[in-house]
Amino acid sequence: MTSSLGEPNAIAISFFLVFIALSLVITAWAARRTKTADHFYTAGRSVTAFQNGLALAGDFMSAASFLGIAGLVALSGFDGLIYSIGWLVGWPIVMFLIAEPLRNLGRYTFADVLAARLRQTPIRIAASIGSLAVIAFYLIAQMVGAGNLIRLLFGLPYEAAVAIVGVVMLAYVLFGGMIATTWVQIVKAVLLLGGATLLAGLVLARFDFSLFALFSKAAEQYGSGVLSPGRQVSDPIDAVSLGLALMLGTAGLPHILMRFYTVPDARTARTSVGYATAFIGFFYLLTFILGFGAMVLIGRDAITAIDAGGNMAAPLLAEGVGGTPFLGFISAVAFATILAVVAGLTLSGAATLSHDLWVSVVRGDKADQREQLLVARGATVLLAIVSIVLGIAFKGQNVAYMVGLAFAIAASANFPALVLSIFWSRLTTAGAQSSMIVGTVASLLLIYSSPTIQIDILHNTNAWFPLRNPGIVSIPLSFAVAIGVSLLWPVSSEARRFTELERQLHLGIE
Amino acid sequence: MPTTSTLEAVSAARWRVAISLTIAMMVVYFGFILLVAFNKPLLGTPVTEGLSLGMLLGVLVILVAWLLTWFYIRWANTHYDESLDRLRAAAAREGSR
Repeated sequence: MTSSLGEPNAIAISFFLVFIALSLVITAWAARRTKTADHFYTAGRSVTAFQNGLALAGDFMSAASFLGIAGLVALSGFDGLIYSIGWLVGWPIVMFLIAEPLRNLGRYTFADVLAARLRQTPIRIAASIGSLAVIAFYLIAQMVGAGNLIRLLFGLPYEAAVAIVGVVMLAYVLFGGMIATTWVQIVKAVLLLGGATLLAGLVLARFDFSLFALFSKAAEQYGSGVLSPGRQVSDPIDAVSLGLALMLGTAGLPHILMRFYTVPDARTARTSVGYATAFIGFFYLLTFILGFGAMVLIGRDAITAIDAGGNMAAPLLAEGVGGTPFLGFISAVAFATILAVVAGLTLSGAATLSHDLWVSVVRGDKADQREQLLVARGATVLLAIVSIVLGIAFKGQNVAYMVGLAFAIAASANFPALVLSIFWSRLTTAGAQSSMIVGTVASLLLIYSSPTIQIDILHNTNAWFPLRNPGIVSIPLSFAVAIGVSLLWPVSSEARRFTELERQLHLGIE
Repeated sequence: MPTTSTLEAVSAARWRVAISLTIAMMVVYFGFILLVAFNKPLLGTPVTEGLSLGMLLGVLVILVAWLLTWFYIRWANTHYDESLDRLRAAAAREGSR
């Protein structure tokens, strides 16, 4: 089968231009409503539970997971399911431990929750280090992914693709703030869920709508091994380590946590996580069907001929079952997906730089609305430039590990301090601060010493740290540091402050 | 079930539910991962034509995640919210006195 993938595709480009036009109309509409820092960061706290559920799903379902998991399933069958599940199981944790207290205690960023009961300046600086590290690695992975993907899908040069993503995303965030970003996420989530559902439906139509017939056909062509665990999980400790980072990292991603401030109250936050969990679970179940569909209908050789990692499995499948127009549609959806995720990351980075560092630490909360908005927009421009430069600087580099690294830092630096500040009265400023710094540094050092960097990238013969995923060491270490430091040097006034805040934690600001 | 009325009791009930559900999710998920790691042949056992035990269990993990989330929302919408309303009402009475 020959594919038109990689040639400039008029239909793909038309669909994409329609999406850009629509999202810029939304941005223009949102810009008129963005008058204060509250609008810029939280969309005026007027997002409904259903809308926020879709926006959370939009922020979380990246093109990397859509194309990557479908590709992994197409090439290795069952093993892809392990990843699909890993991406979902963090959401119940967000629900049980984080969403409602976060909404009740904070204003714009998750550091607000820590700052509410601990000393503001040191805690915000430490939280910013963790947040910015997560955002930076996630952004690099997305920008490099965007460049490669768009080159493959549309035939555009890498640098042009990175620049387009950077500039369009800048327009959303700079002018439309959280209102535009939320609506771009919603449109993207609907397109991605709709497109994936349609694609799965077209695949299943070839098998009389029987999943088992599809899986049987795969087993017939590639052996029954595709239905059982293969080589992906060879080291149990590494598998648990990755699982921990995915699960707890979800509850520590700054751009996800920020979404809970866009709803009016904790009850709405709760309901929105319910919707998000439903959408995200459904989506990752679909990617499993798409992967098997591509394996059977397109064939592994045809998939790896275009991209060795299998990332083009879903677009090739779209072309196979729906022709060039559907390939164009799915390509445009993948591009829109990257744009939306990058916009969400940039907005949360801008909130960290301007709200946590400038307004709170530098200006001691004495900035008026005009200044807050100005600094937030300045930070957005800065981040857009940095992400374009990093995207181009990392061209051709292996950045697949960076998403895992972002989750590992989120789980090791942000999650322990956040969850302890919600649950544990004796947590002190020094405890939280050292836990966030140790979590960030340990994740970075262990990744650097892992086989991923030492053997795969630097081509050394051995690696000092045997695991590819640092979570199983760095997450307990970060908890231990927080608890140890807090118990060794207790601060009774901070424990009292926790008791004072307990009412607000449950009831919100009355 | 007697609904609680002091802040401490509401808080304790909320954390008990949160921690139990968190542990349940972790046991199910890491149980699945460890099974994949340690007993691959078992998970390769066919349940029916075109479905292995591993695939069935994997989908069940996703269903459990949905179920636990749904259960929490149901609990919170009834018991937790009711207790919070009672706390608000008590505060309003204190305030008007």
